[in-house]
Amino acid sequence: MISLPWRALLLAALWLLGCALPPGAAAEYGDVVLNQRSDANGVRPVVFPHWFHRIRFRCKVCHQELGFEMRAGANQVQMADILDGKFCGMCHNNQIAWGPERCDLCHSALKGTPPGIVGGAQTSGPGKW
Amino acid sequence: MRWLSRYSKGLADVLALLIVIAVIALGGLALAAPAEPSPWRPLAKDGVHDPRSPAIGLLQEPAEALAPLPRDSAGNNVHWIRALETGAINPRSQLRPETTVRLLDQDIIIAKFGSMPAVKFPHRQHTLWLDCSNCHEKLFKSKIGANTFRMSAILNGEQCGLCHGAVAFPLTECNRCHSVSNDSLKRRPRAAP
Repeated sequence: MISLPWRALLLAALWLLGCALPPGAAAEYGDVVLNQRSDANGVRPVVFPHWFHRIRFRCKVCHQELGFEMRAGANQVQMADILDGKFCGMCHNNQIAWGPERCDLCHSALKGTPPGIVGGAQTSGPGKW
Repeated sequence: MRWLSRYSKGLADVLALLIVIAVIALGGLALAAPAEPSPWRPLAKDGVHDPRSPAIGLLQEPAEALAPLPRDSAGNNVHWIRALETGAINPRSQLRPETTVRLLDQDIIIAKFGSMPAVKFPHRQHTLWLDCSNCHEKLFKSKIGANTFRMSAILNGEQCGLCHGAVAFPLTECNRCHSVSNDSLKRRPRAAP
């Protein structure tokens, strides 16, 4: 059994660690990790940053014109479709944004990162994800 | 020798106490320091990006893109509607020229007269970003009174919680939606939509 002062020290150290860490769980609010197939195919999972895209496009462009369902995990995004100009390939075609041959720019997450919304600020995101 | 071990144990406890006091004092100093750290983590340290990925250094950093935008206290720490309205950002509304961009300026008051203020749902701010079809008719019916809203569902990522708590301002910001006092409504039970 640890004596009381040492337990207090442990608690104080944890508290200090908590203060030192920046706010937020991880990543940026609204980031989506796509990893339904990446790990299995030996490439890094994809990080989709909502914050970056919404500066340039309104939600409706991808979620209406491009047909992305609003529920993370509901979209079966395959590289073949992107190469055909669907989903991400509508812009990632070397005209509006970088082309699909630049694998590493999208496939940039740590291997083994589970798919879904990450970085859900104070609420830690909805329980459903 | 027992007295010595007891004595050294006591000494260790005193030492631990002193360290606790020092740690708390240092922590207090760190908290009181005026320099506010950036709320945006660098990509290499966000716990999601692989720091060894060739993308690091090529991808735009959140702090670079978001720091100039109107600040907020939650989510991305950006007030996205204000960013639109002040012209700080001007995101495209369409890719295809034939797409009809639909906007609606209409407020819906959702009042249950419970302990919380009533909700004002502004179509204007939502249609600046979204198309009607993103919410209607799957998520919400277009008819007034046809939808049953539940905070438990919303907190679980359903209804408003599909976006709020994931990409739009989080559910910690109760008063942004629950913004209409019930007293102001009781005189006019059904506010003009």
